Amino acid sequence: MHPAFSVVFFTTATGAGYGLLALLGVLGGFQVIAPDFWLGFVGLGLALGLIAAGLLSSTGHLGRPERAWRAFSQWRSSWLSREGVASVITFIPAGLFGIGWVSLGHTGGWVAIAGFLAACAAVVTVCTTGMIYASLRPIAQWHSRYTLPGYLIFSAMTGSVLLNALLQAFGAASMAVLAFSLLTTLAGWGWKLATWRYNDRLEIPTTANTATGLAGGTVRSLEWPHTEENYLLKEMGFRIARKHSARLRQITQLLAFALPVLLLAATFALPWPFAAIFSVLAVMVQFAGMLVERWLFFAEAKHTVTLYYGR
Amino acid sequence: MTCLPANTDKKLGLVIDLDTCVGCQACVTACKEWNTGGHMAPLTDIDPYGGHVDGVWFNRVHSYEHTTEMGGRTVNFPRSCLHCDTPACVTVCPTGASYKRASDGIVLIDEDKCIGCKLCSWACPYGAREFDTDVGVMKKCTLCVDRIYNDNLAEEDRVPACVAACPTSARHFGDLGDPHSAVSQLVMERGGVDLMPELGYHPTNKYLPPRAQTQRAASVPAKALEPVRAEGGFLGWVDRMLSN
Repeated sequence: MHPAFSVVFFTTATGAGYGLLALLGVLGGFQVIAPDFWLGFVGLGLALGLIAAGLLSSTGHLGRPERAWRAFSQWRSSWLSREGVASVITFIPAGLFGIGWVSLGHTGGWVAIAGFLAACAAVVTVCTTGMIYASLRPIAQWHSRYTLPGYLIFSAMTGSVLLNALLQAFGAASMAVLAFSLLTTLAGWGWKLATWRYNDRLEIPTTANTATGLAGGTVRSLEWPHTEENYLLKEMGFRIARKHSARLRQITQLLAFALPVLLLAATFALPWPFAAIFSVLAVMVQFAGMLVERWLFFAEAKHTVTLYYGR
Repeated sequence: MTCLPANTDKKLGLVIDLDTCVGCQACVTACKEWNTGGHMAPLTDIDPYGGHVDGVWFNRVHSYEHTTEMGGRTVNFPRSCLHCDTPACVTVCPTGASYKRASDGIVLIDEDKCIGCKLCSWACPYGAREFDTDVGVMKKCTLCVDRIYNDNLAEEDRVPACVAACPTSARHFGDLGDPHSAVSQLVMERGGVDLMPELGYHPTNKYLPPRAQTQRAASVPAKALEPVRAEGGFLGWVDRMLSN
């Protein structure tokens, strides 16, 4: 599948944004993180900013973005529509939580309820994003049990690493949040390795034989219907060389998981401001790594239409 | 709504005979010609005379070499929308632009509602949908919905343009929901198959596999000419002259 940058950025940014929102909603609402105007303002602003930037970026690949409002209508059948509805609904409890926790400095009561609802809505939205991909049967690498948990784990991972950096930067470091960000990064690493292992051993039942209805033997593409690449090949016939794929997997592991783990582990032992610098570095390195990971998620996914072209 | 109808009154579709298709591309051209002025018009061409030709086509004919223990043969393979019974391209549509008609099962796009998110083309395993970069919306085969019900056309012309154009009658149009229809009978007789049945889209269109190969052509060579007895006279002279 062609890795469109708008979609790669969208899923990475909103994943981090919803993860951060969910953690702030729960930890802030239940006073695990004490209310602080600037911490709340920057934290919630960052979460909602990442979400809004991601959503805006996702409209960048639409052919007719001016009609994007229509995408809220088909939530009964379409995961993409459900994602649109859930993403907008999330802003309501998130906004109320922001008023209560950031502007008024309240915790507990209705602020805790709003924070909890914002967290639930964030989780639901990430699930709908994951299901858009997991529900596509023509793409075996996405239509697997690894896709949805992957989206949730990566959202929790990037969100918690971001929250840790915020708390460290504001001198409100929490050992629990730091430990959680380290653990989710390790979990994300493990999940990505398991996903790659699964995809590499995948035996896809759909072949050129079943695609053409020609049973038995081999089916070899003699001639395409067209001389130049068409929409199908540009959008779904994207190919990545095996050697680049292997190298990019190493880069993903280094940037998204290994370096953040080292930086976060070092943060335990470092005093302010070094702990804050290391934590912020972990965010930046991991975000870059996740962009590579998400690029690979598309580039390594093989659509059944490529079988018709002998690819 | 992009929810699918529980059942459709008819299942209009195509039966494509891979045995008789000669890969002449007449159906491709006829489809483009009709539909660039039809329901989903235009079928945009980008840089049609340049080095990077691109454009929207509803029907594309591939050529394959199918090799079995019986030997190899060339199979021409027309590929277009199969108007599936459970088309995921419809259910994934976030705007309601894609729909499957309850009356005849044809899968269509309302161009005025399409936002061009391209998700339907990802959901189609067959590559039936092509994005029009010029108009910014998705396009696909309409089963010539503007021909098959068109009272302005003579009755024999009320078939999809690809079917009307096929010089070898490799394309058949009819109601595949009716087991007594000519197309259903043809599918029964020839063992018509679904494409990618394992994905569960339940395509309406069926493909008739090429007939079993035989050795008849090789085993019945023309008989050798019999030797002619030498003759005298004028005919003998002609024979000698021609034999030199």
